[in-house]
Amino acid sequence: MKILIRNGRVVDPASGRDETADVAIAAGRIVAIGHVPADFTPDRTIEADGCVVAPGLVDLAARLKEAGAGALESELAAAAAGGVTSLVCPPDTDPPLDEPGLVDMLKFRARKLSRCRLFPLGALTRHLDGEELTEMIELTEAGCVGFSQAEHPIKDNLTLMRAMQYASTRGYAVWLRPQDRSLSGGVAASGAVATRLGLSGVPVVAETIALHTIVELVRQTGARVHFCRLSSAAGVELVRRAKAEGLPVTADVSINSLHLTDLDIGYFNSDMRLTPPLRQGKDRDALRAGLADGTIDALVSDHTPIGDDDKMLPFGEAVPGATGLELLLSLALKWGDEARLTLAQALARVTSEPVRVLGEALGSLGQSAGRLVEGGVADICVFDAAAEWQVTSETLRSRGKHTPFDAASSGTRMPGRVRHTLVAGTLAYSAADANTA
Amino acid sequence: MLARRNPQLNAHGELIHLLSIEGLPRAILTQILDTAGTFLSVNDRDVKKVPLLRGKSVFNLFFENSTRTRTTFEIAAKRLSADVINLDIAKSSASKGESLLDTIANLSAMHADMFVVRHSESGAPYLIARHCAPHVHVVNAGDGRHAHPTQGLLDMYTIRHYKKSFNALTVAIVGDIVHSRVARSDIHALTTLGVPEIRAVGPKTLVPGDLREMGVRVCHDMKEGVKDADVIIMLRLQNERMSGAMLPSAGEYFKSYGLTEEVLAHAKPDAIVMHPGPINRGVEIDSRVADGAHSVILPQVTFGIAVRMAVMSILAGNDA
Repeated sequence: MKILIRNGRVVDPASGRDETADVAIAAGRIVAIGHVPADFTPDRTIEADGCVVAPGLVDLAARLKEAGAGALESELAAAAAGGVTSLVCPPDTDPPLDEPGLVDMLKFRARKLSRCRLFPLGALTRHLDGEELTEMIELTEAGCVGFSQAEHPIKDNLTLMRAMQYASTRGYAVWLRPQDRSLSGGVAASGAVATRLGLSGVPVVAETIALHTIVELVRQTGARVHFCRLSSAAGVELVRRAKAEGLPVTADVSINSLHLTDLDIGYFNSDMRLTPPLRQGKDRDALRAGLADGTIDALVSDHTPIGDDDKMLPFGEAVPGATGLELLLSLALKWGDEARLTLAQALARVTSEPVRVLGEALGSLGQSAGRLVEGGVADICVFDAAAEWQVTSETLRSRGKHTPFDAASSGTRMPGRVRHTLVAGTLAYSAADANTA
Repeated sequence: MLARRNPQLNAHGELIHLLSIEGLPRAILTQILDTAGTFLSVNDRDVKKVPLLRGKSVFNLFFENSTRTRTTFEIAAKRLSADVINLDIAKSSASKGESLLDTIANLSAMHADMFVVRHSESGAPYLIARHCAPHVHVVNAGDGRHAHPTQGLLDMYTIRHYKKSFNALTVAIVGDIVHSRVARSDIHALTTLGVPEIRAVGPKTLVPGDLREMGVRVCHDMKEGVKDADVIIMLRLQNERMSGAMLPSAGEYFKSYGLTEEVLAHAKPDAIVMHPGPINRGVEIDSRVADGAHSVILPQVTFGIAVRMAVMSILAGNDA
């Protein structure tokens, strides 16, 4: 299948390219940007006047709810509708991704749907119980791009150190959410809002104590660590210092923490029940500054589909998490706009930078994923940057309908609408088709 | 983000649910206190009933046990001639796995007019108010650590009864403030009614510095905390806090923060001592103080009925 994307504004964050050009695709790869050969005869032409042609988004945190039943289909369709062409899924599936067979199966089923590339994180410990290491070499051969405990605690620092030592033997990355277990029992961020609402708090030290511990162990073991979902100004500062020291660490932040604060909890809106909890304005400002200056490498959706039964509960009883795959692009653009960044700078945090975080774990795909290069894979997102939309349950393909950005409760206007998503040169999503379907 | 309208008020600014004192204008608090005053005389009559809620059904939904609070609401509703249905949901549907909103939908179908809700989770009455039928009024009878607005109001009634006005008072609230819905409701009410000095007194584990953002002065020394106070509100120390990481022992707590006659001598000579009950004698308050001349603990209970009558009658008169 040959596809020609005509007359779009081609933005490639990695190279800084930002110009109107045609993009020719054949056999799953980009064959030309700009100077399309005269004899190129496309099977399909996408008119991209007024649209941006960007690399497909790479989301470093999207839960698919389960490794087993039919949720995979809806969530990968949601990814494609959100312009996400590669996603990393944490290992807290049911059952957790602690055996190569489960990883094989998940990758196989995702490939069959051909909506989005799926890169699983393997469980760092068996059953994610924080005690015994998994077979990391076999899990890597099955396709895991790193190892993680997701939200599950690790038993003690000895086990964490051993896990990091073992992973670093083979150069595997360890993805950790910095949270001290004993301090993380609350349901909202400690502070004036939690105090006023009578909600139990998670103090900032829950994050910083864990960061201090992990950074010490990185110094000790040399392990490559990715910090998942920073939530506090103090946390950003610790990561900044670790990077300045030259330690092999990277970090991400969720769309929720980037845009919201604990004040948004309002009158106990359980759509704001999130992990990590929303913190104060100064934390959000530091996260935004950290993402802009590169202390934080990637912006992630932290997509977690949760049904009504688990959300329409008193705040503290509601299951934390929110849908996000279809919001990632718009919330990256919104942040870029508010932070006065160029389009390429904003898009870098959801394309080329997350690919850099994944590094060698992506193999040869790492050469061109998250970028637009001739000869590279044709993972592309075509979007209308001028279009605005609002989040309602009807506009979402995900089974998860709960989000803090819901139009009815927040009134948030979302900039940018995806028109077409290509994965390996094949249309995984097209807004025109979706409307007629 | 949209400005969210206070869910307790209708478009005309009238009270349709009582969920928290926070965000209510002073005029509504005063209206409730004034109305309660008119009901006090009903309680002294031979026939202690007025027909204001005749034909209305008030459901007491107690997801957390509390015989005392439930009884006072029941008496108040019956004195307004309402039909009262008591449901201890802690023992029935919740234990069968029925969700909160399913329970509410079922009870709404039984033509309830008012839900009086006690729940262990902060904010649960907001969820109920958002999802119940539009004609149903919700009264928060205590949610988690968040609010206990009728207790706050009866405390204000008591203070006004003895002190006449709020605008020159010093009020000390002593004890486990961080876990106390009563303290939060008192603080919001005192602030709204114009009390210039509100002190929160206790050890740092129970009185964290964050409380300053609610407009109170934080004191960790008992004598300093009650010095020249007009009103001392003692909070009940829950059993589960008496030992462990919050406090080493009830004995050490009483030595540092218990209200004795000696400590009370630091307050104003005409100070009143209040307590939401039930009291722990010898833990937060000495018997001689609890039963002494400064104590208004029993009048609080009497006023509580009138205040709850006032709240229910005002709610019943306002439409969503």
